[in-house]
Amino acid sequence: MPQNQQQIDTTPILSVSDLNLHYGEAHALKGINLDMIRHQVTAFIGPSGCGKSTLLRCFNRMNDLVESARVNGSIRFNGAEVNEPATDVISLRRRIGMVFQQSNPFPKSIYENIVYGLRISGVNDKATLDEAVERSLKSAAIWNEVKDRLNDSALGLSGGQAQRICIARAIAVNPEIILMDEPCSALDPISTLKIEELIDELKDKYTIVIVTHNMQQAARVSDVTAFFYLGELIEVGATRKIFTNPEKKQTEDYITGRFG
Amino acid sequence: MKKFWKTGEPYVLATGAALAIVLVMTITLIGTVVFNGFSYYWPKELVRFELKDGSYALGQIMQHEKNPINGDRRLQLKVANRDVFGQDFRWIDEKEITTRTLPADAMLLERREHGNFFGFLMGVTAEGLDFPAASTPNQKLELALKLVATKNQATRKIKDQMSDLNNRAERIRLKLLKLEYRDKEKNSSEIAELTVEREKAMADFNALNEQLIAARAGITSITAQFLDVTGAGKDIAVFDIVAHQYPNSMSFFAKCGAYLERVRELLLDDPRESNTEGGLFPAIFGTVMMVLLMSVFSLPFGVVAAIYLREYAKDGLLTRMVRIAVNNLAGVPSIVYGVFGLGFFVYGIGGSIDSMFFPERLPTPTFGTGGILWASLTLALLTVPVVIVATEESLASIPKGIREGSLALGATKYQTLTKILLPMATPGIMTGLILSMARAAGEVAPLMIVGVVKLAPALPFDGSFPFFHMDRKFMHLGFHIYDVGFQSPNVEAAKPMVYVTTMLLLAIVIVASSTAIYLRNRMRRKFTTSTF
Repeated sequence: MPQNQQQIDTTPILSVSDLNLHYGEAHALKGINLDMIRHQVTAFIGPSGCGKSTLLRCFNRMNDLVESARVNGSIRFNGAEVNEPATDVISLRRRIGMVFQQSNPFPKSIYENIVYGLRISGVNDKATLDEAVERSLKSAAIWNEVKDRLNDSALGLSGGQAQRICIARAIAVNPEIILMDEPCSALDPISTLKIEELIDELKDKYTIVIVTHNMQQAARVSDVTAFFYLGELIEVGATRKIFTNPEKKQTEDYITGRFG
Repeated sequence: MKKFWKTGEPYVLATGAALAIVLVMTITLIGTVVFNGFSYYWPKELVRFELKDGSYALGQIMQHEKNPINGDRRLQLKVANRDVFGQDFRWIDEKEITTRTLPADAMLLERREHGNFFGFLMGVTAEGLDFPAASTPNQKLELALKLVATKNQATRKIKDQMSDLNNRAERIRLKLLKLEYRDKEKNSSEIAELTVEREKAMADFNALNEQLIAARAGITSITAQFLDVTGAGKDIAVFDIVAHQYPNSMSFFAKCGAYLERVRELLLDDPRESNTEGGLFPAIFGTVMMVLLMSVFSLPFGVVAAIYLREYAKDGLLTRMVRIAVNNLAGVPSIVYGVFGLGFFVYGIGGSIDSMFFPERLPTPTFGTGGILWASLTLALLTVPVVIVATEESLASIPKGIREGSLALGATKYQTLTKILLPMATPGIMTGLILSMARAAGEVAPLMIVGVVKLAPALPFDGSFPFFHMDRKFMHLGFHIYDVGFQSPNVEAAKPMVYVTTMLLLAIVIVASSTAIYLRNRMRRKFTTSTF
């Protein structure tokens, strides 16, 4: 057991320290300190409006799109500061992929959806693109379902398939981290199960941060769980510990379903 | 009863009734236009009436109605022969009529001048033309028509040469003006050379003109003799006959043939008789070209402006005011745009272009007067708000998730716009374009002061360099309706032409918008095959 632990690289890939975020007057994130370890699945849980999605969107600077949002504090990605005007947002977003709550395939063919990230970064070599499509569709466990209709519109897919296409699209650009914002909340149980299995496979190659409302899901897929409440990080720790023996009363109440 | 009202059923019925009324009105309108437009060219029978006072009348029955004075039934007869009777129409009380017959040899002539002639063919005289011994007057007329047509071919050649010479002389004149304007002394040798060249062109022109006059005289000496219904004789030059028919003895298929011939003339020929007869080709061409030019101007401007407003401008007081202003621009009366176009485009920009590039031609304006370019720009200004609003709406209706999905993959805002948003917004943009084209095609008031004319001598596009003549004035179907229907000296005779023109204008709008709608639906299918 001790030998196993030594093999795991414990330097954080993402490190958040003293992060505050305001939406206009509202204080949405209050002094967050959190490290995410490479090749681990970190789950953010908490009731609606607790700031977990907001925090997720800070990692790839998606909050830039929200005019009223002001971010203070530090987020370090591989040691480099994310939250700085000089940061190259484009390359940051290429290295930190994101999957959204509502699957959002582009109104293009499945093939063009997958290669979109590569094309916009200037890759147009057919062989490279073909290879990326096959690799990422296989990684997203949807290759067998769509390999015969890569040129069909991605809008014709079912919800679960579309969500896996979005995951494949994120994988295609070879990111280091994949952020997932409640990826299963709009899906049926079978599609949810497929995505959960997928997350398990993907963590060998990628670091995953997942926001979820579903505590069973967090328990099933994550290595580390962070519990948020009203913009504050209440507790973070190994998933098993959080779910069996939480330190804070609020965490225990939430997990046992007494509130939230 | 109370319960009945509570169910809401009556309100549903009321909405249905409102729709039905609108539909009935639309169908009535379009039906009237289409029926009258289509029936105008059908060869109508020539009826001969014998009246109680012993006189005769020959003509086509146009309509029946109650005489507003004595309450008797009366009918309106198109008697034609404007040059003989003074007017084309007369009213006949039905009780005055003793007999009605359909004489098989009654002939309808379409003439180059003075409208139609209804009468009976008696004979043909043509110098140097020997008719076969036993030929009937009608066969003679056919032979004479053929002869005139071949002779006319020759005059047309002369005319073409003359117009070439005229153009050349005009070009030389403009060149001379330019040289003289720049430096008379320095360019004196060149000026002398060009003057000689021009004089030669004009001499050639005059020589050809003599030829033309002689040839014309040869043609017009061929005449046909007719009797009108009163028994008076009438000589008509065969050259003046555009078409002739015996409507009373024509078979159905012959009538169809005559009908199609008239439709061909309508679509491809120039107008005659101050636009009340002949074809509408220049007006059709002008309308279509103006609408296309307008689209070329308004579409890119509208789309770019909408992109800035929706995607780049910060949503503040200024943006909101601009948006309100744009929406209100769509409601400004079109004549205001016309006046603006005249002041800004024609006199402002056009005047500046003239003083900068064509100062030698002044005070004759080149661009400083109404023309198709300025008319298109004025209409583009008028329709650009429609495009802006439609584009903005369709950009706004794209889900946030799609934008975020693209940005989260590392796309720049510009890449997101061009690769995702604009293709998705295209159906909406097309809708805006359709609306703006329909509006532009139907607009008349502003055009009247920025370039539309009753009769344009040349099309804005032709074979002489630089092919597109943006400075030229043009004809327009909408203006044609107004002009023919309300400004022509013989409104009653022009009435059918108004229906025909209206129908053509409607047809152009419908064809243009159907094409655009078809394209839009194809695109829409591409973007919305969702199976949730």
